[in-house]
Amino acid sequence: MLTDVAMEQKLAPTQDQHMIKIQGQEVCVHYGEKQALFSVNLDVRENQVTALIGPSGCGKSTFLRCLNRMNDTIDSARVSGTITLDGENIYDKAIDVVELRARVGMVFQKPNPFPKSIYENVAYGPRIHGLAKKKADLDEIVETSLKKAAIWNEVKDRLHEAGTGLSGGQQQRLCIARAIAVSPEVILMDEPCSALDPIATARVEELIDELRQNYTIVIVTHSMQQAARVSQRTAMFHLGYLVEEGDTDKMFTNPDDKRTQDYITGRFG
Amino acid sequence: MGNHTVTSFDEELGAIDRLIRDMGDLAETMVDASIRALLDSDAALSQRTISDDAIMDARQRELDDRAITLIAKRQPMAQDLRAVVGAIRMAGDLERIGDLAKNIAKRVNAVGEAPTPRSLSHGIEAMSGLVLTQIRGVVDKYVSRQAGDLKALRAADEQIDIQYTAVFRELLTYMMEDPRNITACTHLLFCAKNLERIGDHVTNIAENAYYVMTGEQLPPNRPKLDETSMTAPA
Ligand SMILES: Nc1ncnc2c1ncn2[C@@H]1O[C@H](COP(=O)(O)OP(=O)(O)OP(=O)(O)O)[C@@H](O)[C@H]1O
Ligand SMILES: [Mg+2]
Repeated sequence: MLTDVAMEQKLAPTQDQHMIKIQGQEVCVHYGEKQALFSVNLDVRENQVTALIGPSGCGKSTFLRCLNRMNDTIDSARVSGTITLDGENIYDKAIDVVELRARVGMVFQKPNPFPKSIYENVAYGPRIHGLAKKKADLDEIVETSLKKAAIWNEVKDRLHEAGTGLSGGQQQRLCIARAIAVSPEVILMDEPCSALDPIATARVEELIDELRQNYTIVIVTHSMQQAARVSQRTAMFHLGYLVEEGDTDKMFTNPDDKRTQDYITGRFG
Repeated sequence: MGNHTVTSFDEELGAIDRLIRDMGDLAETMVDASIRALLDSDAALSQRTISDDAIMDARQRELDDRAITLIAKRQPMAQDLRAVVGAIRMAGDLERIGDLAKNIAKRVNAVGEAPTPRSLSHGIEAMSGLVLTQIRGVVDKYVSRQAGDLKALRAADEQIDIQYTAVFRELLTYMMEDPRNITACTHLLFCAKNLERIGDHVTNIAENAYYVMTGEQLPPNRPKLDETSMTAPA
């Protein structure tokens, strides 16, 4: 049950009429003694692509992992602050983490296919979440997911071979297929194209554009052009702080913060 | 603004800036020479201005090439992107200034063999003085990145418009006084109109330069002050 305040927050449209899907308030993360994120306040808007940019080690992946509680799997990690999904605190004790991760899917920086067949990698999620009644439905989901992830043609004749036997870029696209197979509400992508060639990258960008109609996407990328192309909002991190956040168009033509300017124009350090 | 991690990027941006400077200097030289050629009936000077225009065009092509290569290679962002796109546009205006100067120079023989009488020329001279100051000013302020001064510079274009209206009235009066003045005065009128348009190109350059430096547009332009469309001879 949502409180009135939470309900209002959920329903309050932002200035450009996009609801806030995820709201992070005063998010801090420590790994043991070391603090990796400092009081980050960031909203993720529904049906928009939010890009997280910033130099290596600034906390992009750390923040992304907070959004579906992946940091819970890291022993030394401690998260504080509030993160809400549709107004509900995802760190609340009543939250089922497995269900949360089905709603908020993730594509990791390093491809991590299960040690199973290509087919099983994609079919696993839909099956355990009961998304397919018949084998034919499951086949259908596997095929469309692999097609959307721009890898179908390369694997359609070897669906029952091991996913780990694919090339790095193919594994990454397989993981994208796996993430979208369960139709999550939010998809977190950590440098999804870093191992992809320009054709596969273009296909993934096309997919992101398509997914945005129905889903909410947060993407970490080191390519400024990619961030400019695929996102509507951009957040710039530096040394664990969120230094600037705003409309992508503005961020890449006329950012306010000197650090953002230096970073996106290639004047850093 | 600090340097790029890749130093050749800075060199490429610097080369584009230098071309703008060169084109600005050339535009100033051409405008000055074309007016003097016209008023002194100096065919050699006129010829030089006409051939300078080919140099201006070549510079613009070089700038375009460099800018496009830079965009392809570096994919510039933020102020770098504004600088490159702004330079392409400024070069376009400078090239048009060159064309207008050439057009003035081409009238030299048409006006006649003899130098233009002082009585007819001083209004044009005053106007070209204003225009030259504007061209020099806008290029200086761009190269030294003085955005603040550009607002005033753009506003100063109004002086050129006022002077244009005055020259227009004056030339009309001369034509009415003595029909033998009509040929010379008509050419001088076109010349004045060209100077007025050069002023407008300087205004465009000022607006582009301001955007390059600040990322913001100058507030919308003041209403145009060209009263010649309703002017009767004084
Ligand atoms: N499991 C971990 N244990 C300890 N420290 C960690 C762990 N993961 C990240 N860190 C530290 O937290 C900081 C932020 O790391 P994070 O992975 O979020 O950076 P990033 O912005 O994603 O960098 P990159 O662009 O290189 O992926 C870094 O200083 C990193 O060393
Ligand atoms: Mg990372």
